[in-house]
Amino acid sequence: MKTLLKIDWLSILIVLLLIAMGWATIYSTTLAEEQPNVFDTSKLYGKQLLWIGMSFFLVIIILSVEAKFYQRFASVIYILALLVLLGLPFFGKTIAGQTAWYSFGSFSIQPAEFVKAAAALAIAKYLTGINVSLKNFKNQLQVLLLMLLPMALIMLQPDAGSALMYVAFIIPLYREGLPGIYLIIGALIISIFLTTIKFGAIYVSLAILLLSIIMLYFKRKSKPNYALPFLVVALCIGFSFASNFIFDKVLQPHHQDRFELILGMKSDPLGAEYNTYHSKVAIGSGGLTGKGWLQGTQTTGKYVPEQHTDYIFSAVGEEWGFVGSSLVVLLFCSLMFRFWFLAERQKSPFNRIYGYSVLSILFFHFAVNIGMVIGIFPTVGIPLPFFSYGGSGLWGTLILIFIFLKLDAKRMDL
Amino acid sequence: MRKLLPFLLISLVAFIFLGRLVYLQLIDDSYKEVALEFSTKKVYDYPQRGYIFDRNGELLVANQPAYDVMAVPLDVEPFDTIAFAEILNISPERLKNQLRKAWVYSPRLPYIITPQLTKKEYAYLQEQLHKYDGFYIQKRQLRDYQTNSGANFLGYIAEVNQRDLDRNPYYQSGELIGRQGVESQYEEILRGTRGVKYYQRDNFNRNIGSYENGVFDTIPKKGKDLTLTIDLALQAYGEKLMQNKWGGIVALEPETGEILALVSAPSYDPDDLVGRKRSRNYTKMWYDSISKPLFDRGLQAMYPPGSPFKVFTGLAALQEGVVGLNEKFSCYGGYSYGRSDRMGCHAHASPVEMISGIAYSCNSYFAQVYRRTIEKFETAPIGIEAWSKHMKSFGFGNFLGYDLKVGRKGRIPDSTYYNSAYKFKWYATATLSNAIGQGEIETTPIQLANAIAAVANRGWFYRPHILKEIDGSAIKDSVYTVKNKTTIDEKYFEPVIDGMHDVYKYGTARYLQVEGIEICGKTGTAENFTRIDGERKQLTDHSIFVAFAPKDNPKIALAVFVENGGFGARYAGKIASLMVEKYLKGNISRTDLENWILTHSLEEEYAKPYSGEEFKINQ
Repeated sequence: MKTLLKIDWLSILIVLLLIAMGWATIYSTTLAEEQPNVFDTSKLYGKQLLWIGMSFFLVIIILSVEAKFYQRFASVIYILALLVLLGLPFFGKTIAGQTAWYSFGSFSIQPAEFVKAAAALAIAKYLTGINVSLKNFKNQLQVLLLMLLPMALIMLQPDAGSALMYVAFIIPLYREGLPGIYLIIGALIISIFLTTIKFGAIYVSLAILLLSIIMLYFKRKSKPNYALPFLVVALCIGFSFASNFIFDKVLQPHHQDRFELILGMKSDPLGAEYNTYHSKVAIGSGGLTGKGWLQGTQTTGKYVPEQHTDYIFSAVGEEWGFVGSSLVVLLFCSLMFRFWFLAERQKSPFNRIYGYSVLSILFFHFAVNIGMVIGIFPTVGIPLPFFSYGGSGLWGTLILIFIFLKLDAKRMDL
Repeated sequence: MRKLLPFLLISLVAFIFLGRLVYLQLIDDSYKEVALEFSTKKVYDYPQRGYIFDRNGELLVANQPAYDVMAVPLDVEPFDTIAFAEILNISPERLKNQLRKAWVYSPRLPYIITPQLTKKEYAYLQEQLHKYDGFYIQKRQLRDYQTNSGANFLGYIAEVNQRDLDRNPYYQSGELIGRQGVESQYEEILRGTRGVKYYQRDNFNRNIGSYENGVFDTIPKKGKDLTLTIDLALQAYGEKLMQNKWGGIVALEPETGEILALVSAPSYDPDDLVGRKRSRNYTKMWYDSISKPLFDRGLQAMYPPGSPFKVFTGLAALQEGVVGLNEKFSCYGGYSYGRSDRMGCHAHASPVEMISGIAYSCNSYFAQVYRRTIEKFETAPIGIEAWSKHMKSFGFGNFLGYDLKVGRKGRIPDSTYYNSAYKFKWYATATLSNAIGQGEIETTPIQLANAIAAVANRGWFYRPHILKEIDGSAIKDSVYTVKNKTTIDEKYFEPVIDGMHDVYKYGTARYLQVEGIEICGKTGTAENFTRIDGERKQLTDHSIFVAFAPKDNPKIALAVFVENGGFGARYAGKIASLMVEKYLKGNISRTDLENWILTHSLEEEYAKPYSGEEFKINQ
């Protein structure tokens, strides 16, 4: 009861709003009959409603567990989670080429969705250990290993989208003292890679040279050491030329397509761009106020493939228009801002790191998924929390969030 | 400061997303139209394709209904493929394959599953079709031929292919388009314009009535009827005469340039290319690379014209003033023009002047007047240029510009041609074969017929054309209604025409006169070669004949080519004479001559080069 009094009801309100909007959208995208029964669990919307109903008990259980438990048993939970992932190749069920599910009757569980919480707990626990510092290269490697283990197991399924998500942990790591140079290197690699694909290695190299000369020119008074900048420029140019090679020889043609489509280097509405094209048509035709719930012609006409899962935001855009889609964007942002605020007010570093992880994981899903659906990010199969159809995804997100809310509620009991 | 990273990232992404949403949903309007396109359904109404008549109002081509089975892949529910394939009379594999292609084409748009069912198949299918969701029947018009002649110039209609779809946005999968001949040349006139009705669809893909009260709907416009210049009776007769022979007949009306008959043999029944049997029959003919039934020999075949060309050699010589009308030349069975160069000639009375030269078709005479024509000028190249200009003014050596899609340029050599052919300085004698229509000259039958029409007109021609009227009103296209003048003065034609008249009186076609018709003509016999296993081998000569009649106020001019038919009067001369009689008199008085042609086949001759054995020619 004490928990319920101290819990952050604002977060819960936003989560409830998002879940409600999410289910309404799932209903719209999966409706196929003229006299529907929302409780019919043989239908996707019915199933999702059942998951939502059951998640009430899930939340009760999470909240009734002692807060200390999560920190104390983080390693055990992490190892158990890895074992569950490890069991997939042997006992898992293969759907659409991915062995990512355990199936129980008509329901299937996707362990990767639950492992996120375990990884977040483990990283938080590791970083609060004695003598652990992210300035220390050995510790950096160890925390990297914590991330890489689940990533590697998920890549085996294969599920590149869920694996890629572990990149999000860079945000809590940076908060806890990871040197900023890693972020800079990461940003440099991404921007050199993309600009090279778009403009070619020669132009990019010239731009790098020009930029470095300008920067050195302004710093000439301080008599800098020229060896390091020279090395950096040489590495950048080297990577630019390597990017071409990686793009042509390492990436698969369908991955190349994704980059070329996003960079506006080719257009193929009937082929590689089919999903994105129809998704943009759906969103764009929504206008200011949308066509109304269940009235979207693109949505009800089933033009957007995977619209009830990864592309569900396109249904929001079509049926609720700019008003609805920007509301969803703002709701997600306010939830993340709220978590940011909650995380920063924790006295325990464990709570803070875990809170940062939750917000970062949410951020990654939000940014990559919506970015893809509105056509400014390459296609990556990753769901939108609360909206995309799927019980595991919903439960995974709720577990992440409610462990944090429990920790937050008990932040004073040290 | 490290704690600010989430704030910056979230704000940045939110800013980008909102900006993008503003652009997609509030600024860019194009997506609304696209979505509308997807959510409305178009139903097409196809008009009747225009009819085609011959010059006497005889109906050649009408329409018959046909029924295509179409499918919209997204609407197709699981069904018994084996049973349905049986109803459609196709294999289950083909049915599945067609459905797969339909998905690739578009899940939303109708795709043709099996085309052109007959009325009977349709009746049975219609009872069964309600069991198969997503399939429906589209009624279309197929051609219904009232004649089995003229396949070569009528052309046919077929489903549009991917190239048509890419090239012309009007067409959609499964629609029909004219191919070859008049159907292709006048596609847009014959086709008309389809009508379209827009229906709005609801969530469950049902039509819920007209979209916007039908303001965007259009009504179909019927295609226009065409009247051709062809005389069906003459055309059919020409095709009958050309049975078992290969070659072409082109008959023109000199005073209008109208094509009266355009026969290509071998040909086929236009009905062979209607409906479902089209593809099979077409493929068979396409692969027949020996007799080439799809090749229009009247328009596309290039032959050396042979002796009829002497008419033009003579006209050029007269125009250049290098020979007097009564100037006589002796023929000693040929003409020697170098130490060892000699052009042979057959036995005939000697000496000859222009008129009897044409009548006897004397090689020596024309070799000499040709040589004088060229040598009148300072050098041979200048002379050839002057001569070539005269020839080209008759329409030789270039596309004639008639209103059918296929044709060849033919060849009239000029100085550039010989300059590149001969590395050293060359003289008139090197080109002497031109005088008698051999050597480097090549013409198509329609070019030769047109040139003879120009002779019949005493110096001018209208471009040959096949379209006479559109929906009953005469064509006004200036290309076909403005006279083309040749470079030869009118006064030089009379003696040459007299010579052509004498061909029938005492010359090479003296046994082919038509009673009561003053006919002018010229025989031709052209050597020709083929390659067998890489070796050049001479074949039996082509039989060629040109004629026009009557001599004064000519009504018909024609050129006849019979491949490997021997000397000119043997096949082509007889056919030309029968054609003229048929056209001018309407019936044939010389049934023995007609019988000879109908009962004589050249198939044996055509089989010789492919027999693999040694063979004799010109027997």
